[in-house]
Amino acid sequence: MNIYVLMKKTFDTEEKIAVNNGKIEDDGAEFIINPYDEYAMEEAIKQREEHGGEVTVVTVGNEDSEKQLRTALAMGADKAVLINIEEDVEETDQFTTVKILEAFFDDKDVDLILAGNVAIDQASGQVGPRLAERLNIPYVTTITDLQIKGETVEIERDVEGDIEKVETTLPLLVTCQQGLNEPRYPSLPGIMKAKKKPLEELELDDLDLEEEDVEPKTKTIDVFLPPEKEAGRVLEGELDDQVKELVSLLNKESKVI
Amino acid sequence: MDFDLTKEQEMTQKMVRTFAEEVIGPRAIEIDKEAKFPEDIFKEMGKLGLLGIPFPEAYGGSGGDTLAYALAVEEIGRVCGSTGLSYAAAVSLGASPIYYFGTEEQKQTYLTPLATGEALGSFGLTEPNAGSDAGGTKTTATLQNDEYVINGEKCFITNASYAKTIIVTAVTGKDQKGKNIISAIIVPTDTDGVKIKNEYDKMGVRGSDTAEIVLEDVRVPRENLLGDPEKGFKQFLYTLDGGRISIAALALGIAQGSLDKALKYAKERKQFGQSISSFQSIQFKLADMAMEVELARNIVWKAAWLKDNNRAFTKESAFAKLYASETAFRTANEAIQIHGGYGYMREYEVERYLRDAKLLEIGEGTSEVQRMVIARQLGC
Repeated sequence: MNIYVLMKKTFDTEEKIAVNNGKIEDDGAEFIINPYDEYAMEEAIKQREEHGGEVTVVTVGNEDSEKQLRTALAMGADKAVLINIEEDVEETDQFTTVKILEAFFDDKDVDLILAGNVAIDQASGQVGPRLAERLNIPYVTTITDLQIKGETVEIERDVEGDIEKVETTLPLLVTCQQGLNEPRYPSLPGIMKAKKKPLEELELDDLDLEEEDVEPKTKTIDVFLPPEKEAGRVLEGELDDQVKELVSLLNKESKVI
Repeated sequence: MDFDLTKEQEMTQKMVRTFAEEVIGPRAIEIDKEAKFPEDIFKEMGKLGLLGIPFPEAYGGSGGDTLAYALAVEEIGRVCGSTGLSYAAAVSLGASPIYYFGTEEQKQTYLTPLATGEALGSFGLTEPNAGSDAGGTKTTATLQNDEYVINGEKCFITNASYAKTIIVTAVTGKDQKGKNIISAIIVPTDTDGVKIKNEYDKMGVRGSDTAEIVLEDVRVPRENLLGDPEKGFKQFLYTLDGGRISIAALALGIAQGSLDKALKYAKERKQFGQSISSFQSIQFKLADMAMEVELARNIVWKAAWLKDNNRAFTKESAFAKLYASETAFRTANEAIQIHGGYGYMREYEVERYLRDAKLLEIGEGTSEVQRMVIARQLGC
């Protein structure tokens, strides 16, 4: 089976986010594999262990993305592809990423593509489904179980806490939700072997794309941090008075009713 | 100069940090309180290849280097001194001598299960009257019909109750000047006459197993002699030099852990209407702690780098062990002070860091012995 994993690097969840001139500062920030993509990685390895084949992890990013790709190789991926757009593209959105991936997959023989449900930074959840549309293959989002039986694929997906059972066929794209599996730690032998595994680096040119082809379809107007949480207020007095005061505060001060 | 870690070292550091925080950290208080060796954690560490970091793949190792191993020890020490000590001793003392001095056959037989984490190994050097003064060793091994018959007593041996093999040092004869010849012999713990008991009630590193060993007419084949029979003493000096780097890395972990906890607490704790981290007296403590931790890290990494590059590292590993262990003690002590009354409570963990750190100023050569080693290197 030819299995592909779409991976994105995201801010370490413990990193403090700073915004400067409408841009998130990433100087010196620690990056990690998007946690949902780790479920995708783990599932890809498990499916390969069961059905054989090869796992290729793909990312659209910059030079620094190599770190996360090496970690994916250490977890057990066979090959990695870095599509480095640092030199060519300044602004990106989901369209950009999908367009690039579409070009990448153009000549690939694909059985299964796994992606995270969302990336924890921008949380659009769009790249997976949109790529499947472009590749004209079925897709199922937020999966929590995946059983491949020949050409048939049985899937359980998380629907706001309930489970929906879906049957579909290969080739297929799925996006992975928490609960699908427990991502493994990359083992030491895995880490050491990772450096010997192939990591291919591509640029737009290699995919026959021009800068204009991948221009974003959206425009970011502003980026700002949520207002800092202020201390709460405890109302006192008789219950009736408290209710009256609360209604009045909600009405006049916070203007929510 | 290049202070950057390699990608492999960085990944090792990150993986072990995550593993330590997720798997070991939540159990650190219990491990200390119940003084119970976490066997299941060691099984998992074995599966991840942590017990074989500095050994080649041919012997079940991970093919990493001393620096990657030191990073792993630091990360484990950062959350749990007990686990860190058992880990450091298993690799540096239990397994490394077989890798350094063993025959091919000994490596295949004895190193492989240690490197893969299937089994643990111990190093039996210390005796009631001999430790750093190895010349005082009383345990004897006499050759009878191609077998060594070993008699003696060892004390304070890390991991021995859980070990499959113990490398025992023993007097095997006298040289021309009449001085004792000390050799190292591999003793499987299931050999008749080996008695191991762990009855010590320790101040710190309570979850790390420490045992007494009594050897009574223990017979092992002559082939179990480790390395050069005449150079046993030199061999364990080399082993101890390497061990010091790992103890220093463990101390560094405890120091870093203490700093992390103190800094977090100082930012959260409010007194007189502000975070105590805005008080200069607390800031100065934190600044000193951070500086010392970083200096300790520099010498630990340097000693590891020297060893990896086959340079002399005796002096630097003693520097590292001495400075990092004293830094760990000071940093843990200040972390308690910053926590005030809470710091004295088990729940806040820094009191444990202090108890664990104290061992590092004693084990594998006291701070005084480190100073002797350094002075000797200076030509005194």
